[in-house]
Amino acid sequence: MSPPRDASGLTKTLRWAWFIALIAAAFAYLTAGLSPLGETFSLHPFAAVEADATAVKGDDTDQFEGGDAEREDRRLLGSSGAPLPAGKNRVPAENDTGWSEWGDAGLAEAIATVDQAWADDLAERGLRPAERADWLQVCRRLSLALVGSGMSLEEIRELEALPEADRERRHLENLLRDPRFHDYWAERWTRRMVGADEGPFLVYRQRRFRVWLRERFAENERYDRIVRRLINAKGLWTDRPEVNFWTVTFDSGDGQPDPERLAARSARVFLGLRIDCLQCHDDFLGNVSLGSVDDPRPGLQSDFHQFAAFFSAARFDGLQGIRGRDVDYKTQYLGSDEEVSVEAAVPYQPELLPDRGSPRAKLARWMTHPENRQAARAAVSQIAALMFGRPIGHGVDDLPLGMPGPVLLDRLADRLIEDGYDLRQLIRTIAGSAPFRVSSVAEFPIDGKHEAAFAVFPLSRLRPEQVAGCIVQASRVKRLDHDSAFILQLQKLGATGDFVRRFGDLGEDEYVTDGVTVSQRLVMLNGTLIDESTEWNPILNASSHLAMFARDDAHAVELAYLSVLNRYPTERERTHFTSRLSEAERRNEALEDLFWVLMNSSEFAWNH
Amino acid sequence: MNRDPEPQAAAGTREPLAADSPHPRPVHSDLDPAGPFRSSRRRLLGGAAGSLLLAGIAEKLARGGTAVREDPGRPRSVILLWLEGGNSQLETFDPHPGTKIGGEVKGIATSVGGVEFSDTLPQAAEQLHRATLVRSMIGDEGDHERAVYQIKSGFRPAPALVHPSIGAVLCHADPEVSDLPRHISIVPGGHPARGGYLGQTFDAFKVGDPASPVPDVKSRVDDERYRRRVGDLLRVVEPGFARGRIADLERTRTLHATATKAAMRLMSSEQLAAFHVADEPRAEREAFGDTAFGRGCLAAARLVEAGVRCVEVTLGGWDSHVSNHSLQSAACEPLDPALASLLRRLADRDLLDTTLVVCGGEFGRTPRINVAEGRDHWPHGFSTLLAGGPFRRGHVHGATASEVVPGDDPSRGVSEPVTVADLHATILAGFGIDPSHEIETPIGRPMKRSEGNVIRSLLRT
Repeated sequence: MSPPRDASGLTKTLRWAWFIALIAAAFAYLTAGLSPLGETFSLHPFAAVEADATAVKGDDTDQFEGGDAEREDRRLLGSSGAPLPAGKNRVPAENDTGWSEWGDAGLAEAIATVDQAWADDLAERGLRPAERADWLQVCRRLSLALVGSGMSLEEIRELEALPEADRERRHLENLLRDPRFHDYWAERWTRRMVGADEGPFLVYRQRRFRVWLRERFAENERYDRIVRRLINAKGLWTDRPEVNFWTVTFDSGDGQPDPERLAARSARVFLGLRIDCLQCHDDFLGNVSLGSVDDPRPGLQSDFHQFAAFFSAARFDGLQGIRGRDVDYKTQYLGSDEEVSVEAAVPYQPELLPDRGSPRAKLARWMTHPENRQAARAAVSQIAALMFGRPIGHGVDDLPLGMPGPVLLDRLADRLIEDGYDLRQLIRTIAGSAPFRVSSVAEFPIDGKHEAAFAVFPLSRLRPEQVAGCIVQASRVKRLDHDSAFILQLQKLGATGDFVRRFGDLGEDEYVTDGVTVSQRLVMLNGTLIDESTEWNPILNASSHLAMFARDDAHAVELAYLSVLNRYPTERERTHFTSRLSEAERRNEALEDLFWVLMNSSEFAWNH
Repeated sequence: MNRDPEPQAAAGTREPLAADSPHPRPVHSDLDPAGPFRSSRRRLLGGAAGSLLLAGIAEKLARGGTAVREDPGRPRSVILLWLEGGNSQLETFDPHPGTKIGGEVKGIATSVGGVEFSDTLPQAAEQLHRATLVRSMIGDEGDHERAVYQIKSGFRPAPALVHPSIGAVLCHADPEVSDLPRHISIVPGGHPARGGYLGQTFDAFKVGDPASPVPDVKSRVDDERYRRRVGDLLRVVEPGFARGRIADLERTRTLHATATKAAMRLMSSEQLAAFHVADEPRAEREAFGDTAFGRGCLAAARLVEAGVRCVEVTLGGWDSHVSNHSLQSAACEPLDPALASLLRRLADRDLLDTTLVVCGGEFGRTPRINVAEGRDHWPHGFSTLLAGGPFRRGHVHGATASEVVPGDDPSRGVSEPVTVADLHATILAGFGIDPSHEIETPIGRPMKRSEGNVIRSLLRT
C-alpha cells in the first residue's frame, strides 16, 4: 500500500533532516568565532573611534571573495600593514598619553604625579632614562600583563586603524573589559591567595575560588571589599567560594582552619610582610620589623601568634561550613615549658583596629583601613608585579614596615587609596606611567641599577603559562578569546596544560629570575606545541595563512614578525628572511622555519 | 655550622640569588653564534659541548674541597623508587601476620635472619641483606600533597619558600657536567622532584615509560633544516635582541644560547642510549618485569652506570582506602621483581657501594582496617628501605607495635623513631655532604640543607 510507504519515506526524510540539522548545529557551534565578528568594537567604549575603525574593516572586506573566515584572514593579512616610516614610532619626549582627552583628568593627574616622582628619583640616583618604547612594545606589555599572551595580528591591525596617540589607551580599555583578563588575573591571584596545590579533598574547591575571583575582576569590585570578604568569609565552600581561602588550610590540622598558615599567608598577601620565621622565634636577623610604622622594632614571636589568634575565630561546623566564634588560640613560645592562651592583636598600628565587631570583622576592617598604608602598598606590589613581570621592590611580598620606597610603590599606594581601591584605575595609572612605557633598550650602557630604578623597562622571563599563551596566540591570526570557536578554546586549554607540565609549573613561585634551563629549551626546540603551531595547517595556523595570502615574501616576513614578536622586523631581519623565503624550494616550509625561529628566540620568551 | 652565603655555581646552572645582587650568573661558554654552523649538527653540537664542559671543569676546580667525587668508592648516585600514594608498611616491609592489625597478609622470610617481609615481596625479601630497613619513619603530614613535599624535600611545606627535593640538593652539592641530565624522573607521578629555591635548573628531567622515545630530544625536521633554523636563531635574531639591552644579557640573564647549545649536545649524545632498555638482553628485561616501572628501574640502573647522579622512578596504585589487601598486592607485583633485580644488578656490577636505592612512599597506612576493608593515611610509623650506598647491610632499625596502642600520641608504640628530616640528614651525611650547611635562598633567608639529626647507627662505619 502506497500511503504507508509515503509515510515511511517522509519519516526517513525527517529523520535525516533532523540528523543533518544536528550535525550542522554542532559544526556551527564548534566553529563559531572563525567568522569575523562585526560587533567586536561595539563592546568597547569610545564610539567615535569605533565607527572609524569599523569603517576601515568594511572597506577592506569588500575587496575579497571567498568565505568569511578566508576573507577575514585576507583582510587582516593584507590591510595597511606597511612598516611605519622611520621616526613615526618614536614617541615624543613628553608623556602624551592623552588621558585628559579621554575625559579622565584625574587619571592624567595621577600619572603625572607618578611620573614626577619617578623622574625625581632617577635624578637623585644620577640615572638617565631610556627613550619611550613604541606603542607596539607597550601594547605587548599590556597584553602579557593582563591576558598572559602577546597580541594577535588582528588586534594589531585594529589598533593601527586608530590614531597613534590613541592606541595604547584603546588597547588597555579593550583588555580591561576582556574576559581573558578576568580569567588570567583570577588565575594569578588564586595562586597568591590559596596556592597552586590541589589542596584538601572535598572541602576545598580551587576552581570555585578562581571563578569567584574572576567575577570580582569582571565587576571591578573594590580591592578592599574583596579582602574583607575573604577575611570574614562564612558558610559553605561550595555556596560561598571565598570560604575556600579558609578551607584550603584544613589539610594541616584536624579538619579545621589552620590559624598559623592563614596568618602567614595573609601577612604576605595583604600586608606585604614575611613574618613566617616569627612562628618559631623572635627575629634575630633584622629581617622583620613590626610594632610601629614610624619606629619599628624587631619582630617578636608573640607578634606572629597574636596575629594568628585572629584566624582562630572561625570554626568549621559541618553542613554550616565556616562560622565565626571567639578567639581561642594557644601556643608554646620558644624556651617556655607550657602552652599559653594568646590574645589577638595586630602587628602594627593597633589604633586602627575597630573597638566593636567580631574578631575577624575587626581584622578585616583594620587590614583595609585607608590609613593602613602598608596594606595598600602590598596591594600595589602585587598588581605592579603583574604589570611589570617582576616586583617593584625586593620581593612582591617583602615590604619592610616603616621603610619608605621604592618611590613608585609609595606613590601608587597613595593613588590606590585616593581612588577608592579601584583596581582598574590603578592598572591605568601604571600603564600610563613613564616607567611602564620606557624602552628596555638604550643608547647608553645599561646595568642592574637602571632596571631596579625603572630607568629602562626591566627584562623579565615569561611564566610557562605565558609562553604557552604566546605560542598559541602567535599561531593564530585572530585573537583567541572567549568568542573563539569552542574547539579552539579547548585546544588552547589542552595544549597549555601539556606544555606547562613539560616546561615546569612554577606553582606559587611567581617571579623567578632564573635563566632558561636545558629541559625548557628542549621543549621549545623539539616539543609538540611549537611543532603543531607552526606546521602546515591551512585551517588554523598563521604560518600557513601567510603562505597563502601574504602579498609577497617581504610582506610575509613582516606579518610573521608582527604575529610572533609583535613588532616589525629590522631591515637586516627583513632582508635575511625575505631571501630565505625567496630561495626556498618549499615556501611554506621556509615560513614554518621562520615561525619556529621567532618562537625560539629569547625576545619571544621575555617581557621587555 | 658551616655557613656559606655565596655558594659556588654549578656549571650550566645558576646559584641561589643573594638578596641584593639579583642576577649573578656563572660564565658558561663562549657565545660566538657564528662559530660552529659549517658542518653537521653533530659536529656543531660537539663544539658547543666542549666549551661548556671546559667551563664546568673550571667551575669545579674553583670550588675546591666541596666536591666529593675524588674517591671512586664514595657514594655518588641515588635511585629513588617512589611509591606514590603511600604503600602500606603492613603489606610490604613491616608485616604483622596473625594479629588484629595484620589483615590478610602473610609473612615471608628474608635473607636476614628473623626478619620477615610481606609475602607480596618474595624476590625483594631475598635482597634485604643488601639494605637497611627503617620501620619507624615518622612524618608530620597526612595529606598526599603535603606529605610528598615533606618526604621529598625533608621540610614541611612553607608558604614563602619551595624547598628542593633531595635529588636537587645532591646535584647542587656536587656539580658535574655531563651530556645527560643529572637529575631524572622516570614515569613521573603528580609531584616530580624539583629544584625549589635552588632553581629550575635542578628540576628533574622528566621522561615517560622507557618503552617510548625520550621526549623532546629528537628534531622534528631534517638535519639541514635544523641547522638552518638554529643558525638563523643564534646569528640573526638573538644578536638583535641583545643590542642596546642590559650588559652581558646572555651571561647575566637569559642563558639562552648556553642552554640551547647544551640541549643540542644532549640531542646528539651517545649517552642517550642509556634510556634504551630495549638494548638489554631479553632475560634481563624480563627479570625487571614487563611494566613501565620495571623498565624505569632498568633504565635507572643504566643511567647510573652512565654517571647520572639522581634518578626517581614512580610507581602508583598504593592509595588503598578501600580493598587494601588486593590493591597493595597488585601494586607489589611490579615492585617486587624490579626492586630485587635492581639491587642484584647493581651488586653484580660493583655499583651498590656507590649507589643508594631508596624505596618508600609519602606515608604508610593505618594499622586499623576501615569499614571498606581499606587502610587510610598513616605518617606515624611506616617503612623506608635504604639499600646500598653508605647504609648498613642487612640491618633493621626501629619497629612498630603489633596492635593498636591506646593513647593520644599516634606514634606510640614506635621504637627508635626516625623523622623525615633525620632521614634526609643521614642520607646527606652518608654522601659526605654537610646537612647543616646553609644556602642563601632567593628571599634572603639562609636555609640548612636539612634540619634533621644524622643517625650514625644507620650508616656503615
